[in-house]
Amino acid sequence: MDYFAQQAINAIQLGSIYALIALGYSMVYGVLVMINFAHGDVFMVSSFFCFLLLLLLPVPFVAALIIVMLATAVLGVALERLAYRPLRNAPRVSAIITALGCGLIIQNTTLSLSPYSQRMPELFVPVTWNFGGVTVSSLQLLIIGVSVGLMIGLDFFIRRTRYGMAMRAIAQDRITVPLMGIPVNTMIALTFAIGAALGGAAGVLYASAYPVISATMGVLIGWKAFVAAVIGGIGSVRGAVLGAYVLGSVEVFTVTVLPSTYRDLVVYALLLVILIFKPYGLLGRPAVQKV
Amino acid sequence: MKPLLEVRDVTMRFGGLLAVSDLSFEVTPGHAHGIIGPNGAGKTTAFNIITGIYAPTAGDVLFRGESLAGQRPSNIARRGIARTFQNIRLFRDLTVLDNVRIASDAHARYALPGAMVQLPAARRAEQETITRCLDLLEKFGLGDAAYERAGDLSYGSQRRLEIARAMALQPALLLLDEPAAGMNSAETLKLVEFLGWLRDHFSVTMLLIEHHMQLVMTFCDRITVLDFGKTIAEGTAAEVRSNPKVIEAYLGPEDGHE
Amino acid sequence: MTRWFRQPPPRGVLLTLLAAGLAACFVIEQFGLVDDYVRFVLITLGINIILCVSLNLVNGWMGEFSVGHAGFMALGAYLSACVSVKWLAWGDPLWMFPLAVIGGGLLAGAVGFLLGLLSFKTRGDYLAIITLAFLMIVKSGLENIPYVGGARGFLGIGNQTTLLSTAIWTVLTLWAIRNLVYSRFGRGIVAVREDEIAANAMGVDTRKAKLAAFVVSSFFGGVAGALFAHQLQFINPSVFDLVKSTEILVMVYLGGVGSLAGSILGATAFTFLSQALQPLGTWRMVILPLLLVLLMIFRPRGIMGMREFSWFVPRREFPAKEEKK
Repeated sequence: MDYFAQQAINAIQLGSIYALIALGYSMVYGVLVMINFAHGDVFMVSSFFCFLLLLLLPVPFVAALIIVMLATAVLGVALERLAYRPLRNAPRVSAIITALGCGLIIQNTTLSLSPYSQRMPELFVPVTWNFGGVTVSSLQLLIIGVSVGLMIGLDFFIRRTRYGMAMRAIAQDRITVPLMGIPVNTMIALTFAIGAALGGAAGVLYASAYPVISATMGVLIGWKAFVAAVIGGIGSVRGAVLGAYVLGSVEVFTVTVLPSTYRDLVVYALLLVILIFKPYGLLGRPAVQKV
Repeated sequence: MKPLLEVRDVTMRFGGLLAVSDLSFEVTPGHAHGIIGPNGAGKTTAFNIITGIYAPTAGDVLFRGESLAGQRPSNIARRGIARTFQNIRLFRDLTVLDNVRIASDAHARYALPGAMVQLPAARRAEQETITRCLDLLEKFGLGDAAYERAGDLSYGSQRRLEIARAMALQPALLLLDEPAAGMNSAETLKLVEFLGWLRDHFSVTMLLIEHHMQLVMTFCDRITVLDFGKTIAEGTAAEVRSNPKVIEAYLGPEDGHE
Repeated sequence: MTRWFRQPPPRGVLLTLLAAGLAACFVIEQFGLVDDYVRFVLITLGINIILCVSLNLVNGWMGEFSVGHAGFMALGAYLSACVSVKWLAWGDPLWMFPLAVIGGGLLAGAVGFLLGLLSFKTRGDYLAIITLAFLMIVKSGLENIPYVGGARGFLGIGNQTTLLSTAIWTVLTLWAIRNLVYSRFGRGIVAVREDEIAANAMGVDTRKAKLAAFVVSSFFGGVAGALFAHQLQFINPSVFDLVKSTEILVMVYLGGVGSLAGSILGATAFTFLSQALQPLGTWRMVILPLLLVLLMIFRPRGIMGMREFSWFVPRREFPAKEEKK
């Protein structure tokens, strides 16, 4: 039982990080109907931002979190402005390929600049508590707390504010929305900024929990978050969160029964199975084709 | 005479929307049968059900006495029901000839491996298809445009090509979805003449949706009138014209009108 | 498809050129006329052409988006290596190697069939995700099979890919795909790209068209993988990753979608460019995707997109002489 509880906490911790990244995939898809394949690498770069920042000046955790989120948001907006906006009315395939290409550019630039993994300086010294055999560290609570806080904030933003309403309107109908006086370009840029900023938060949290960072993290962690978004139903914000916790649990419990090399196999097989039986994910809705 | 097409109590529901409800009608071989009705009356939905794009919520469609339930659109097309679309759907990037050839290919019989190693049978079938299609295009006055890109044709030629493409399937029944859309009355008059030629030359039965009353009234042997997904009248042009329900559907209830 | 409307070459010219080319490959190899590096690059070129034209069938002619081609390559590579190293190692390479290559192609083709089944209901983004999942499953699946070396890789594969065998397979692939594209199946595949609903209404069995495209594409992907394995003589699962798939995508979209000439051009340009960029190390994989992004923004259909060099078009596709008034 203790063992199970311990694994459950690990699963929630991993799921929280996945959820923050998955939200970036899902928000962009929700608004633009485009898979931002580069988002995983944006997350990866954000942990390098954090690394560089701490190398230059040792700021406290909250400051690091805010600075990295801002820097990553700038990267996200730049990506949208330079690579995706010129293709907004091009065939969908062009946009997918561009996103894939941008991801590889970011990944391999990082790899070229930092061929080896880097050891992250400690952001703060965690305290651990023991509850009858189950260890919980303050870091784990922090990760879960920050993630859940950001997710609740985002949900509020999307459902309750004018900006969130405008975003949902663009997702519904990109042709008429500008006629209503909503600045579409600004709203799309804002979507990318928020998505990237959440990825940035994930980067900081991930780097504090697993303090060895490398250029392949985008593929190893970012892609998993993407899988989570698809499982939950890409385009749905709540689906992304659900998918992330499902995936986090599946991964953590796979490792308890199978060798750890089976992790990816199980995750991607799960993705395939979900796509076959529930093609639009757990909470997604199919697009209707007009005849 | 046994009907060529029978639509029996067909109902189509999209979520809460009832697009077609208990629709029934029969198309007699050799006839030109018109379906008219105001916008949103469920005419195009009926076409999409007949051609297998939608599976009806209830009811059945019979072609030559056999049910088409569960048949995929390509199978229904091969069985002899060809169609055009309201908003022309040509293969715009392909040549005029290839557009017609794709439909004509439904009757070619060679297999994939044979095609990939160019067996003589496959080559012969290809050559025959080309000859047949060039012939067909010639009949439709598109012979000179055979090697042009379909999307580059004029609007009128595109409409004609879409009909030629449908005829390449060698159908027994041709479904025309608003053939006169976007035409002025002089062009419509020509279209009536063209449709008459089509019917006589290929001896094909026609089912057509049209808004242009004059065309329907002069050309169709039998007319079905739909409103809100229901049949409100059926009969010859004269019968339909004098039916009070039809007048009401088109002009509104009498007390609301001067 | 628009094409270059000059006439096809006089009868026999293409055949003579091909025979001469194959003879040249044989002579060059037999007498060691080129050094190992040039030979290596030429074999790579052949393999790249096979990869490019076969992926083009799905991504170009059919207009779908698959990122799984490296996965088919991996299947072909591993199965052929099993045949030549473990199962038929005693055989004479003269018959055993072609058998290994065909076996690799067949396995890839069979799996391609399954992926084709999934493409019935899903299109666009979702199909791209499915091919991605397929790629990841193949890679992590191979990592967990100790029989083929697991993550460490498969060692000791014979150096059996020759210049001549590569040339023969390249020509065969181009010929077969040309024949396919200019048959009723090829037109069906193109019709799916142009308008799937209209294609169905015109009697095109779009399911068969999709299966044909996936099976043929993955078969030749597997063939290329088999040749690749017996060229490198050492393979491991991480060779067949998303980067490898991206390389093939660059070739397709550089040369041009839906074009045989474009496929050859794209593969050739990529092969030489990639060799030229070799000294840059990992920066090479920054420049290549950058090229892909720029292509998408400025020339999304590639250099030869939807156009064809008239020599590759069957004679019957040209207007008859008397029509040229």
